[in-house]
Amino acid sequence: MAIPKVLGTETEYGIAAPGAPDFNPVLSSSLLISSFAGALRRIRWDYEDESPLRDARGFEPVPARDVGDDDLGLANVVLPNGARYYVDHAHPEYSTPECASVRDLVVHDRAGERILERSLDEVMAQLPATPPLSIYKNNSDGKGNSYGTHENYLVDRATPFADIVRDLTPFFVTRQVFTGAGKLGLEGQWDERGRARYQLSQRADFFETEVGLETTLKRPIINTRDEPHADPEKYRRLHVIVGDANLCEVATFLKLGTTAIVLKMIEDSFLPDLSLVNPVAAIHEISRDPSLATTAELADGRRLTAVQLQWEYFELARKYVEHEDDTPENREIVDRWEAVLQGLEADPQTLSAQLDWVAKLRVLDGYRERDGLSWTDPKLRAIDLQYHDVRRDKGLFHRLAAAGKVERLVGDDEVERAMLEPPHDTRAYFRGRCISRFPDAIAAASWDSLIIDTGGEALQRIPMREPLRGTRQHVEQLFETCKDAAELVATLQG
Amino acid sequence: MPEQEQKRIQRKGGGAGEAGDGAGQEQAASKASELKDEMDEILDEIDAVLEENAEEFVKSYVQKGGE
Repeated sequence: MAIPKVLGTETEYGIAAPGAPDFNPVLSSSLLISSFAGALRRIRWDYEDESPLRDARGFEPVPARDVGDDDLGLANVVLPNGARYYVDHAHPEYSTPECASVRDLVVHDRAGERILERSLDEVMAQLPATPPLSIYKNNSDGKGNSYGTHENYLVDRATPFADIVRDLTPFFVTRQVFTGAGKLGLEGQWDERGRARYQLSQRADFFETEVGLETTLKRPIINTRDEPHADPEKYRRLHVIVGDANLCEVATFLKLGTTAIVLKMIEDSFLPDLSLVNPVAAIHEISRDPSLATTAELADGRRLTAVQLQWEYFELARKYVEHEDDTPENREIVDRWEAVLQGLEADPQTLSAQLDWVAKLRVLDGYRERDGLSWTDPKLRAIDLQYHDVRRDKGLFHRLAAAGKVERLVGDDEVERAMLEPPHDTRAYFRGRCISRFPDAIAAASWDSLIIDTGGEALQRIPMREPLRGTRQHVEQLFETCKDAAELVATLQG
Repeated sequence: MPEQEQKRIQRKGGGAGEAGDGAGQEQAASKASELKDEMDEILDEIDAVLEENAEEFVKSYVQKGGE
């Protein structure tokens, strides 16, 4: 049965030091994070409950014991806004706190970018001799390597995973018409002679299977990681790896909003079978055709374009929202989804203020025409990368936004606040407020627990297995009346 | 369902059929010129911040270890 969609994103940021031959991305990432953490309390992330190798299809591979990032003492912090900011392999990664609305997620996703930008400033201020770093919110280095922008959705555990696979796959294959961030060429190949010069998606090239546990090679359209970070009897956390990183707020809003509604429809068995015959081939072919004319074959024999298949999901979503889930936010998602699909059919260029692939293509086409550049010109590759630079004075997306060419959904003041304040209406509120109020008493934190040092003999574990408990409404009083962590724990346990 | 498809086809066909009378063409030309000016503005903006040594800049960026 459909349950509220608690949402979060995890963004792996690209990191570079142009012109610095000894650049070490692992150490630089750690430096970035610890510079920001600075005065903030450094919280050890509690790994005990994490088991990324548990597979949703029902088996648990035997893990090899690896030296983890944590063993190397690399920066790994929980912030007062409830987010997690840490080194993941060779890049900085930011996981937003849990959000109960898509709009809040857009705010917090943007706040993550600002934190990365601020971290760059902090490194420069504290260690001025450091070679300048660049940070990119994208998914491809153009040399065969990809890194992810993952989405997380709270789903009813009772929904059969096979239903999720069947009904979500065609949606994921086709949503790139509005979620794609655009990319020059095929992965690592620059083709002048008429094959893919520009793709819709940064990520599509890297997807080779339909379903699986992998995240770093042979990537699957549907990832089976089963790590709910919540009551496992009630909840599943769907871990989505197929998406592009977005900078346009409308694209982010639609990416999360449409997927959330589709998941509710799946939970309520509202969808017919829209399976594709070959989803992996389709995700590549659709990405490689920015004219949007490419069709894919459905199991029922029809051939539809990606936009046409999105219309099918849209029509069902419109009915579903009207009859089952009529909220202002859902109505906004449906209205914007419709406007974007209409725009894509009439003339995609009209969506350059809403969709990253269109905005970027517009800049690339502008340079090609003005300067007579071929598709393989290095300047175009530089644009493809610099579009995603997080610095507001350097990133091409941000220059477009400053010039008023991008539609904003959220205000800069609320984004600033979200760098320090958690959402009010999820357990992130409790986590974030504990860290703000009692930084010295938090021994460790994970998504579903806090470990508190009250000064007594034993550490106290506070379980947080319900994503929608621990909101401001539930616990604000607690923070007002308790003068220290010991009192907080005593009150919770009493 | 067929009704919705009909509406969508109509929406799609709408613009193409308009005859170009004098005023219409003038409008289209001035709109095109507006868009070009806007584009030039955007390119100027971006010229100012684009990395100078594009080839080196792109070649040197490698990001391993991603999910």
